[in-house]
Amino acid sequence: MSEYLLLIISTALVNNVVLIKFLGLCPLMGVSTKMDGALGMGLATTFVLTLAAAASWMLENWLLTPLGLEYLRILAFILVIATVVQFTEMLIRKLSPALYQVLGIYLPLITTNCAVLGVALLNVQQSHSFLQSLIYGTGSALGFTLVLVLFAGLRERLAVLDVPVLYQGAPIAYIVAGLLSVAFMGFAGLA
Amino acid sequence: MLMAVLPLTLLGAFLGLVLGIASRLLKVERSNVAEEIEQLLPGTQCGQCGNPSCGAAAEAVVAGDLPPTFCPPGGKAVAEAIAGKLGIPLDSSAMCDEGPRIALINESLCIGCTRCYKVCPTDAILGSAKQMHVVFEQACTACGKCEDVCPTECISMVAIKPTLHTWTWSQPTA
Amino acid sequence: MFRKTVRGGVHPCGHKSLSNDSPIRYFPLSDTLYVSMQQHIGAPASPVVRPGDHVLKGQLIASSQGNISAPVHAPTSGRILALAEHTAPHPSGLPVLVATLEPDGLDEWGALNPPSDPMALSPEEVCIRIGAAGIVGMGGATFPSAVKLNLSLNSQIQTLIINGGECEPYLSCDDRLMRERATLIIQGILLMQHAVQAREVLVGIEDNKPDAISAMQQAAQGSGVQVIPVPSQYPMGSEKQLIQQLTGIEIPAMSRAAASGIIVHNVATAYAAAEALYQGKPLVSRIVTLSGGAVTHPGNWQVPLGTLASHFLNRASGFNEKPARLIMGGPMMGIQLPDLNVPVIKGTSGILALTENEINHTNPGPCVRCGNCVRSCPMGLLPLEMAANIRSGELKKANELGLHDCVACGACSYICPSSIPLTHLFNYAKGELAQQQKARQKMENTKVLAQRRERRLERQAKEKEALMAARRAAAAAKKAAQQQKEEA
Repeated sequence: MSEYLLLIISTALVNNVVLIKFLGLCPLMGVSTKMDGALGMGLATTFVLTLAAAASWMLENWLLTPLGLEYLRILAFILVIATVVQFTEMLIRKLSPALYQVLGIYLPLITTNCAVLGVALLNVQQSHSFLQSLIYGTGSALGFTLVLVLFAGLRERLAVLDVPVLYQGAPIAYIVAGLLSVAFMGFAGLA
Repeated sequence: MLMAVLPLTLLGAFLGLVLGIASRLLKVERSNVAEEIEQLLPGTQCGQCGNPSCGAAAEAVVAGDLPPTFCPPGGKAVAEAIAGKLGIPLDSSAMCDEGPRIALINESLCIGCTRCYKVCPTDAILGSAKQMHVVFEQACTACGKCEDVCPTECISMVAIKPTLHTWTWSQPTA
Repeated sequence: MFRKTVRGGVHPCGHKSLSNDSPIRYFPLSDTLYVSMQQHIGAPASPVVRPGDHVLKGQLIASSQGNISAPVHAPTSGRILALAEHTAPHPSGLPVLVATLEPDGLDEWGALNPPSDPMALSPEEVCIRIGAAGIVGMGGATFPSAVKLNLSLNSQIQTLIINGGECEPYLSCDDRLMRERATLIIQGILLMQHAVQAREVLVGIEDNKPDAISAMQQAAQGSGVQVIPVPSQYPMGSEKQLIQQLTGIEIPAMSRAAASGIIVHNVATAYAAAEALYQGKPLVSRIVTLSGGAVTHPGNWQVPLGTLASHFLNRASGFNEKPARLIMGGPMMGIQLPDLNVPVIKGTSGILALTENEINHTNPGPCVRCGNCVRSCPMGLLPLEMAANIRSGELKKANELGLHDCVACGACSYICPSSIPLTHLFNYAKGELAQQQKARQKMENTKVLAQRRERRLERQAKEKEALMAARRAAAAAKKAAQQQKEEA
């Protein structure tokens, strides 16, 4: 049990997918202007990542490895991820039209979120078991959501402050993201 | 070669099937957002935004053809609600909010033709044939429909003068 | 017991010594009085006299209309010249309906019939009489006192607090009133206690007014009224702060004092209540502090309502130098007047003419996030955060931060080293939010009206259809009958 707990903490905080591994920076900048959108995006990505981690493990272990098709891994994984994203999009459109509208183009773009593919590939690389893959995926996604929400909170506050003209908008956001990344490096001490 | 193509084709076909079934199950009839936005609108079908009805306007704003500030009778409050719903930034400076207005009937020109109160979407005009018509201040939305049909051009939209009760502080300039 | 002290607050220089040594004097009648129909919060009073009517002092000239309103009485005997619009003493400078009264110089009271023993009246009767005398909150808020008393009568008031704080700098009208007319004030307090059936009466007076405290304590002996000195600190005269200081009870956010069994009235209101019930005199004059560095003779005057501020200032004093700012009320919460062509109303506690040295005229700078405003806020809010949100148009977020609890005391604006107009921003945001609320309300009404109209049109169309069908059927039947006849 403690092994899995450690896995979650290490994926969510110590090896945070966004701030330490620098995967999935597009939504970090794109959907972090409002807290609601960031939380929705985080949850959607969590859903996709968990499903994709499970599906890719099954694909890898039941199809690609037995047939010796490891060289088609990226192709097959992208196929699965795209399907999961499409499915999520339909689900959100049905369940929460407002969130669908808020996320806009960033929802289908989860497909190209390299965090999703990255986690699936890392699972294979580290030869995780099915449960481990699932937890690895969920942990990464939780870390992603955490960072997105934190960053959205910071940007909401930045939006009302007197930022020097040169730094307004994206520049100050990049600086804040950098500082946040430095702060997350502090978690390395946990390992 | 076949060993590589076949499994991927089958995988693709299978996933496509799954998506196909899912899209049947999760079908969305009409954009729910448009419906939700229509709920926010006054529903007077006044046509000031250039659309024939509030429903059509809601569709247009969801599609992005109209800015969220399109509804003059709704004013700032509606614009903000719509922008919040769609998650788009609101450029309130683009909004020419001239302040609240109401219809005013010039009593010397009114011939009591009854046309204005027949088109009034909120029943804000009272009158009968050959009688002077009057406007209910509380119900009038200044949509301008009566202004368009009046044969003697005796109706005009006038700004409501602020009183001690309606006056509010303006934004400090500094 | 551990008692929480009042939060925040500032200590502006009092400047009370300019005027607090001069006793109350009666200001003579001017040539014309401009009696405003809107001297209170709520609906304006509606005039019951016509131009040309002769009125006696204290005669009703406008009656209250609506639930929250107060009547207006003639400040002297004379002739009503006109009912016309005149600039209101209001930050907007908008006009308000006034009755122009030309005094006949006799200052003749109408029939005064005070009850023989006001304390024998029922609480409801006391409330009615206080309302009929046109008494409003004299501290400056001008909320109709009878409405406040009536509301509290229904909500089990335990404690009546009388506000003698007068925490605004410069003002000394309540101070002088307590020093000179303490006996009548105590009588008024007892009447109010009777009106709300309160068990306990506390009078809070700031400790920078030792003479007023001793005068009130002497007058209160044996009456059960407790006179308690409170520390001098702005805004000690604010309702919630005074309650907390005196009772230790903190009024929750979005709640009224009456809900906690407490009601607060001003000393001058108590005095007016005593005059109304013991002497039968309605509220027709009030004590006004004339002060500020730009006036030659600061002092306290009993001024007939409706006297023009310009006339008052010129007759009672004069200017040392050109005033840089004219204020009606106190410098923290008062109204900045564009000119002095406005009448004295029931809420006018002072008229101040301040010099260049007395006002802050630095231009607003950027917020340096020093947090002084947070420390000074008596309501425990975050003025800098609220202001930042309001500036970028996030009014709702400002409201979530507690804008609705802001009492607009001005402590944050006073303390701000960057001179940011914080209170102005909050006033703006409150007004804007209220207008949005109103607009939403109107939208809802519009929607209902539009739906009703649609339904009516549908029904009418159906009725028309039915009528047409019936006619067609009738015509067809007739035709058939005719045909039958022809065939036969």
